[in-house]
Order: sequence, then C-alpha cells, then structure tokens
Amino acid sequence: MIQAGEIYLDNAATTRCDDEVLAAMDAAFRVDFGNPSSMHRKGYEAEQLMKNAQKTLAGTLGVSPAEILFTSGGTESDNLAILGCARANARRGRHLVTTAIEHAAVAKTMEALAEEGFEVTVLPVDDRGLVDPQAAAGAVREDTVLVSVMAVNNEIGAVQDLRAIGRAIRAKNRAVLFHTDAVQAYGKVPVDVRECGIDLLSVSGHKFHGPKGTGFLYVKKGTKIRPILFGGGQQNGLRSGTDNVPGAVGLAAAAQKAIDGQRQFAGRLIGLRDAFIREITEQMTDVRINGPAGCSAEEMHRGEQAAPHIVSLSVPGVRAEVLLHALEDAHIYVSAGSACSSHAAKKTPGTATLRAIGLPEDCLASTIRLSLSRDTTEEELRETAAALGEIVPRLRRYR
Amino acid sequence: MADYQAFIIKYAEIGVKGKNRHLFEEALVRGVQRALDAVGEFRVTCIAGRLYAEAARDFSFDDAVAALQRVFGVLGICPAVTIPRTDRKLPDIEALGEACIRYFEMAYGFRRDARGGEPKRSFKVVCRRVDKSYPMDSMEVAAAIGEKLLDALPELRVDVHEPDILFHVELREQVNLFSEEIPGPGGLPTGTAGRAMLLLSGGIDSPVAGYQIAKRGAELEAVYFHAPPYTSDRAKQKVIDLGCLVARFAGPIRLHVVNFTAIQLAIYEKCPRDELTIIMRRCMMHIAEELAVKNDCIGLITGESIGQVASQTMQSLAVTDAAVRSLPVYRPLIAHDKQEIITISERIGTYETSILPYEDCCTIFVAKHPVTHPRLDVIMRHERLIEEELAQLTRQAIDEEEIVTCRGNEAPEQG
Repeated sequence: MIQAGEIYLDNAATTRCDDEVLAAMDAAFRVDFGNPSSMHRKGYEAEQLMKNAQKTLAGTLGVSPAEILFTSGGTESDNLAILGCARANARRGRHLVTTAIEHAAVAKTMEALAEEGFEVTVLPVDDRGLVDPQAAAGAVREDTVLVSVMAVNNEIGAVQDLRAIGRAIRAKNRAVLFHTDAVQAYGKVPVDVRECGIDLLSVSGHKFHGPKGTGFLYVKKGTKIRPILFGGGQQNGLRSGTDNVPGAVGLAAAAQKAIDGQRQFAGRLIGLRDAFIREITEQMTDVRINGPAGCSAEEMHRGEQAAPHIVSLSVPGVRAEVLLHALEDAHIYVSAGSACSSHAAKKTPGTATLRAIGLPEDCLASTIRLSLSRDTTEEELRETAAALGEIVPRLRRYR
Repeated sequence: MADYQAFIIKYAEIGVKGKNRHLFEEALVRGVQRALDAVGEFRVTCIAGRLYAEAARDFSFDDAVAALQRVFGVLGICPAVTIPRTDRKLPDIEALGEACIRYFEMAYGFRRDARGGEPKRSFKVVCRRVDKSYPMDSMEVAAAIGEKLLDALPELRVDVHEPDILFHVELREQVNLFSEEIPGPGGLPTGTAGRAMLLLSGGIDSPVAGYQIAKRGAELEAVYFHAPPYTSDRAKQKVIDLGCLVARFAGPIRLHVVNFTAIQLAIYEKCPRDELTIIMRRCMMHIAEELAVKNDCIGLITGESIGQVASQTMQSLAVTDAAVRSLPVYRPLIAHDKQEIITISERIGTYETSILPYEDCCTIFVAKHPVTHPRLDVIMRHERLIEEELAQLTRQAIDEEEIVTCRGNEAPEQG
C-alpha cells in the first residue's frame, strides 16, 4: 500500500504494482515455475502461461499473438525496435527520423546509430510539444528506413497525432517503418496500430501497475528486424534469454486491467487534472502549465492532445529540486524533469524536451512534473494544490 | 607451512614515547585486533617491542593487509612465517634451512627443480639472534642459510649490496621469517590523543581533514549541517557514507545532524547578501563548539585551506575563528593545494563519494560576489541585527539534532 498520508504523484516514473497482478505472479513464481524451454510437462505448463499472456497482450492492441515480443521494459523495447530495424534494413537505406522530445531510450539509441554511420533527422516540435505531420513527411526520403515518434511525451504529456503522422510519412515513402514509444500512452490514450500504420510499438509494464523489469514490443508481421541479444534463441530467436514467466503473467494481467479501464481512466483523470490546473493557476501568480494541457479550449481541442495523467508545472523563482523536497516534507512525491534524467549534469538547466518547446530561461530549472494514476483522488490533488499554494510563496521569499 | 600465517607489525614514533610507551602499544594492539577481527581470527600480541598478529585459521591475505593499512600507528606490515619452539628449543640449522627454502617456494614460487635458465633474483640473508643460547652466531646462521638456499633453488643468486630480496631470519622467542614490508598508514594509534569535533560536509576537504587529525591518534565526532528542502536525503546519506569511510580508519564516528535551514534563511533575510556565507560559517562554528563541549571534545576540525574560496581567505578565516570561544580549531589542510587534498582523498577512498553531485548547504544562496576581506566589527554589527532570533534558532537546532553513528563496516563499496 502507499502509506497513509502519502500522496504519490510520480506515476509517470513508476506505479505501485497492482495486488491482483502480484497475486497472478505469485503462482507463476511458486507453482508454475518451469522454464518454457524445458521439454517436460513443467516446461510445457510454463510455456502455456507465456502463450496466454501473449494472447492477452495481442488482444489489447487487436493484433496477432505472434506479433508480441516480451522484453525487460521500455528501454529494451525501444533499443530492439530501432537498432534491430535499422541494422536489418541498412541495405535499403541508412536514414532515420525522430523527434526532439523523445525519451533517452530512443534519443541515445539514435545517437549510437549516428556513430555507426546512420544519418538521423531530428524533428522539431511546437511550443506545445507537437510534431507537425507534414514536417515529418518532409523529412522522409527515399533512403529513410525508420521513423520513431513517441505517442505521449513523458514530461509534458503531449499526445502526438500518430494517425496523421503515419499517413503522411507513408504517402511519401511506402516502405518506411513507423515506430512509436508508447510507454506513457498505453492504457492512457487510445492507440490504434492499424489506423496509424504502426509497425513497432514499445510498452513498459511498471507504468500501469505491472511489475518492473517487464514490457513488450509489438512487431508487425513481416517487419525485418534483427535481435540485439543473442543466446538460446527464445522468442523465435529475436529475444534470447530465459522467458520471464511471472513477469509476462503480471504484465498481461496489468495490461488487461489498464486497457479495460482506459476510457474511464481518461475521463476521470482529465476532469481531475483540469480542476487541479484551475486551482493552482488561480491560487498562485506567475506559474505556467506546459504542454497541451496548458492551452485554453479555444486554442485547441485539449482532450485530444494532452495526456490525462501528466501535469508539467513551471514555477519561476523556485528551483525545481527545492520545490520537490519541500513537497516531499509534506509527503507529496513529484518529479523534477523526468526521473530517469535527474542524475544528469545540472550544468544545462531543464531537459531536452523543455528546451525543445522553447520554455523561457527562468522556467527551465523550475519545472516539476505531477503524474496521476487511477488511484489518484480528488482529495489528494486538492491537498497538493493547497500545499503548493503555501510552499511556493514561502520559497519565493528567498529567491 | 604452506602460507603466511602471521604478520609482524612495525611501528615508529611509539618507540620514543618514554614512560607512556605501554599506553601507545596497548592502543595499537587494540587497533590491530579490531581491524583484524573483521577479516578473520587473529591473536595479536606485543612481545619485547615486536607486535605480532598470528592467524588461528585461514584468512584472506589481501583483506588482512587492507585492514592493517587502515590502522593508525602501523608503519610497516611484514607478512611472516613463524616457527614456534618445540620442547622449548628453536629448530636446529637443518630444520631452519628447510623452513627457509619452503618460505621462498611459498612467497616467490621458486622451484627446486628449476632448470637454471631462468633470470636469477638476488638475495641476502640477515639474521638477528636475540636468543643468545642458539649454538651458532648470527653471521654463521646467515651464511649457512644462504648456502642452503643457493643449493636448493637454482633461481637465486647472492648479492649482499643491492639484493632484490632481503630475507630476515630472527631467532627470538620463536623464529620469524620475512622478506617483505608493506607500508602502513603511519601516525599514532587511535585513542591516544583525545576527541575532536569535525565539521563534515559533503565536499572533498573535510573528510581528509578528519582523517589527518585522526591519524595523530584522535578520536572523531562530527557535525553535519543540512538544510531541507534545499538539501536532500541523498545529500545527507552522502555525508553519512563519508563518515563511514573515514571511520574505517578512525573508528566509529558519532555524527550530529543539525537542521540549519531556519538559521540560514534568517541570515539571508536580514543580513547583507555578500556576508551570508561568512556569517553562516560563524554560526556553524558556534554550534560545533557547543556540541563539542557537550560531548567532551577538546578541539574542532575543519577542512579549510587558505584562499580556496572567499570564505577561506586569511581575513575570512580570522573572522570565522573569532566565533569560537574556548577550543582550538585544527585545520590540517590549511597549507595544502587542492590537488594535494584530492590526492589524499583518492588514497583514503573518499574522493568518489565526495564528488557525487548533491547540493550541500554551502552552495545554496551563494552571493555573486561574497566578501573576501570581511572585518570582524562590521560582521558582528550585522549579526547583532538578528542576535536574539539567532540565539533562539541555534538553541532549537541543537536541541533537535539527530545523531547517526558512522561505522567503518557500513562504508559504501569502493568502485
């Protein structure tokens, strides 16, 4: 349980593992503990669990089970998708397209390929963090192998129009592969792989109350891809390593629950999120909500382009880290930038995403992220807004 | 006799301590015993000016040496083979010669059946005969052993002027054979000086300063000022880790964690910005002194070094120093360059932890141009602006201190 009195608003970093998920995994650890590669019955039974999990996950995307590849999480899925496809299709071309606001698992992989001699085009985003589908198409060339665009940005919650992007890039080059990092999207906003023409889609289990160290990559049938891990040849040779049966079982259970509850999740959280944004912007002066969620209804159809669970808040005059620790004293847990990059040098303030949306200088080092989950309550957000209303003016006295 | 099973431990300065000598020796025995208890079962004794550590069972040689290299007072560590008396008698020259040959086989891997084509290594035997009842004198023993070694091991040759291997044979209450001396940290045994309060931050300097004073036999106590929410739990853990790393040498350190936020903000609000750091440091010294007196410490230790930063100019140091009323402030790094400090810090294993990137309370609210030539009368006048508030906040900070004991065996693993 999240301890009484604690308000956990860092669900984009990770979520609490669901009790039902844990219960499902428990049996897979203790009873059906076999290795699916073993020839005996114990192995066969474990293999069945893997197959069922695969079927469940395929069902959540409306794809075939053979198109689901289990991985250790979002980072591995992104690496496999990008490295695997770039290398397998290098004879067709050595050009890749991505965006300026990708998670490091994509951005650094692209950098690594650039060092191997691939050419990488990085698409800019507008001040809401959105990619222009026409610009994406414009970047695609004859020799473009892969386009990778994240579905929902982890820092500012920008939801890309993958359908428009998918169609635009295909119109330019029919053979181009389309990958999306859906780690923050899966179970939160609808993603239709057919509609969008997605060939590869990365998912991480612990972002929707599943176990850490689990995830999957959807690989459309017929996609040319090479493994990045070599060994026993599990999962059709594409991902060697003993199958993580309990992980797959937990992942599937969590995924089913997330997808079943997606519509309700989004509806409820958008309401909570907007009420929260209203409250803090009324309560405090000189603060800023970044990304699409910060735009007024007249400016855009927010519901379509802002993730329901992410609020990026800039508080000029207060260092994000200090605000984070002050909130922590009130047992409220948020993130400064993205949790994964908090260790990065503090020489350049802000993150690549915040710089890419052209955030003003005084906001770069003063931006926190609050991320909601299905367990988040109205009461918790009201308390958080009250805490911010008390803490921010106090900290601003000592700028 | 397949392996070293003992260490002869050499110590230096203790020898000159006159009538207090036994106090120092006892402290050293305690220190060596404590260090070796962590790595195996050893019997540590001091007999006639020689300190022996003898293993009761198998042990990891590297771990034992590393442990001994953290015991202050140890000048040199000689891995040794010892041969006890049988029927109160030392071994005769034949048995002794055989033991010496086996020592060379064990320590250097020389072989009796070597072809002789290998490059030779030179040696010299030095014999010390303390037990004058031994039938041969030391020259005779050395010559006889040398001959036996030469006969048995074709890879050896004699060089009495510049030998590669200086082989010691001691005939004492037992026989000691040794040929290597691994340097120890030097200094004086912990617990022979007194107790001092170290102002410990997350930086590179203060752990080194604590180490230096502890090396002179002092026991340490420490104080850390944290400033939540401006500093984090990780910053505090880093300081605890540093305390544990220093404790590997100095023994357990009681760390007083003092919440400094309210004091810092009061100064920030009411005193001139460019004097913030110097006034802050005076407050820290004052609190450290109070804690020191309360805990039987007879000195303060800081990592200051002249001119390193604005608050460590000679003028600033004079002003900081004046905040301390009754205790000496030891500043062992006062004349060290930064690189020299870093070198020691790397050697004692605190550097990697010191450079972890967490904010500490000296780096927040830093004025762009802090005073470098503060005048005590001016500073004190400004302090008087918040005198009462400061007294009250100081009292509260001390009353609400948290105490953590830093132990060497809880130090972070070295990468």
